[in-house]
Amino acid sequence: MEIDPFIFRLSIFILSIFVGYYVVWSVTPSLHTPLMSVTNAISSVIIVGAIIAALADTSSSVFQGSNIFGFLAIILAAVNIFGGFLVTQRMLQMYKKKKK
Amino acid sequence: MSANLSALFYLISGILFILALRGLSSPETSRQGNYFGIAGMTISIIVTFLSVGNFGPGFIYVIVFLLIGGSIGAFIAFRIPMTAMPELVAGFHSLVGLAAVFVAISAFLKPGAFNLGDLGNIKLASLIEMSLGAAIGAITFSGSIIAFLKLRGIMSGSPITFKGQHIINLLLGVAIIFLIYYLCRSQSSNIFWSVIFISFILGVLLIIPIGGADMPVVISMLNSYSGWAAAGIGFTLENTALIITGALVGSSGAILSYIMCKGMNRSFFNVILGGWGATDQTSNKEDKEQKPVKNGNADDAAFLMKNASSVIIVPGYGMAVAQAQHALREMVDALKKNGVKVSYAIHPVAGRMPGHMNVLLAEANVPYDEVFELEEINNDFANCDVAYVIGANDVTNPVAKSDPQSPIYGMPVLDVEKSKSVLFVKRSLSPGYAGIDNDLFYRDNTLMLFADAKKMTEEIVKSL
Repeated sequence: MEIDPFIFRLSIFILSIFVGYYVVWSVTPSLHTPLMSVTNAISSVIIVGAIIAALADTSSSVFQGSNIFGFLAIILAAVNIFGGFLVTQRMLQMYKKKKK
Repeated sequence: MSANLSALFYLISGILFILALRGLSSPETSRQGNYFGIAGMTISIIVTFLSVGNFGPGFIYVIVFLLIGGSIGAFIAFRIPMTAMPELVAGFHSLVGLAAVFVAISAFLKPGAFNLGDLGNIKLASLIEMSLGAAIGAITFSGSIIAFLKLRGIMSGSPITFKGQHIINLLLGVAIIFLIYYLCRSQSSNIFWSVIFISFILGVLLIIPIGGADMPVVISMLNSYSGWAAAGIGFTLENTALIITGALVGSSGAILSYIMCKGMNRSFFNVILGGWGATDQTSNKEDKEQKPVKNGNADDAAFLMKNASSVIIVPGYGMAVAQAQHALREMVDALKKNGVKVSYAIHPVAGRMPGHMNVLLAEANVPYDEVFELEEINNDFANCDVAYVIGANDVTNPVAKSDPQSPIYGMPVLDVEKSKSVLFVKRSLSPGYAGIDNDLFYRDNTLMLFADAKKMTEEIVKSL
């Protein structure tokens, strides 16, 4: 019997939860705020869905029905991607060691 | 680009995202980690363009919209003051939530584009995944908006409770599951819209009963939700990068919520059900005003600290409100010139989001190796001459250790009272968020400095 591809995706999902668990526990508490902003930025990888939606079947017109939602999602996700990574970078730049 | 090849590239992005979080285990590696994250995102976007392969007029618009959103994001990222970080993160969560909803909607309206079947005949598993993604996304969106309004001060931070609240939430939750079940049977778009609509309402209702100081838990929780929403969409799109990211973000938010709850010695449900501390605020006001308090000024404080050999600073939310971190840093510099050893003690729930105080201190150029977490520094209070409490209250209250009746009993607190003298910068004797009186105010070794945190610290700098 063949295994449903869904099971593979589920396996990836569950293993990633475990990876996330161990990786996040090793994050130093002083960096918890950058952790939140960077997780926020990477969760905007949802933009791949938005791009697919926006570019789906644009033969007749670029802006129609479901494509519009795709374009809206692209703007939202793009705000997050740029905002999230840049603000994380800005914060991390501030963490400095004692000058010897 | 073939589907297999792009799947491999998405896997690479997923791994880069794992490395991005891994980098945060220490400040030295963190910047590199952030670049891994950016690389992962870039790969994902380029691979998506190549695998869709539509470079017609639509592509130009996608780039234009990407740049519009990107410049808004960049503008915000550079302009936002560090004290506003909690509301920024809440606002960003709402965007992820709404983006998830939009993607789910377009997948529902045009399933063919995502290989999910046809409109009205979407594959069952995909339908469940997309409606769960949309529902969680909608809850994340409206919940984060409420959190944002509360943090920004547009909406009052006090809990909004009414009778039957939890039952209504429960019913709405059940209704969502019930509707998704019906959606799978009928494929009706009206039901799909209802799922999203009810989820928006549920998101609002879930967050309004939670008070201002519980915001660290709320933000972490919404962080987690945004991850689960992304994972739901990832399953729909059969996209590994999105599934991995969703799982990472989901577990990250969950762990942060757990750490925050533990920092308050409260269960997750206790926080979520909300309404803490609203009751006993007025109960024993009478005997409070009777007790004598030692009142000091900036010169007393400066004298005490100048002659100390070690000082521990305990910052709290009040420091953020007063924007006192830079003045504090100046004070510490002056003390160091006098040969005083200074360190900072941070309680896990100080501030309005996890790690809030650390970022503010970093902004004021405080080296991170002078900043310590509760477990690392708590034993040092016994050997320290002066504890300078600035804008913190409940997290120093010894009652949490001594009085089993107290609502904060069992909460880990900083042992400030063990130091030879305590300087407590506060505007008045009013109780903190938990609504309980702080014993520390009336101790013999406590000197109260009644003033705005920033003004007082600046005055101390002057008299040093």
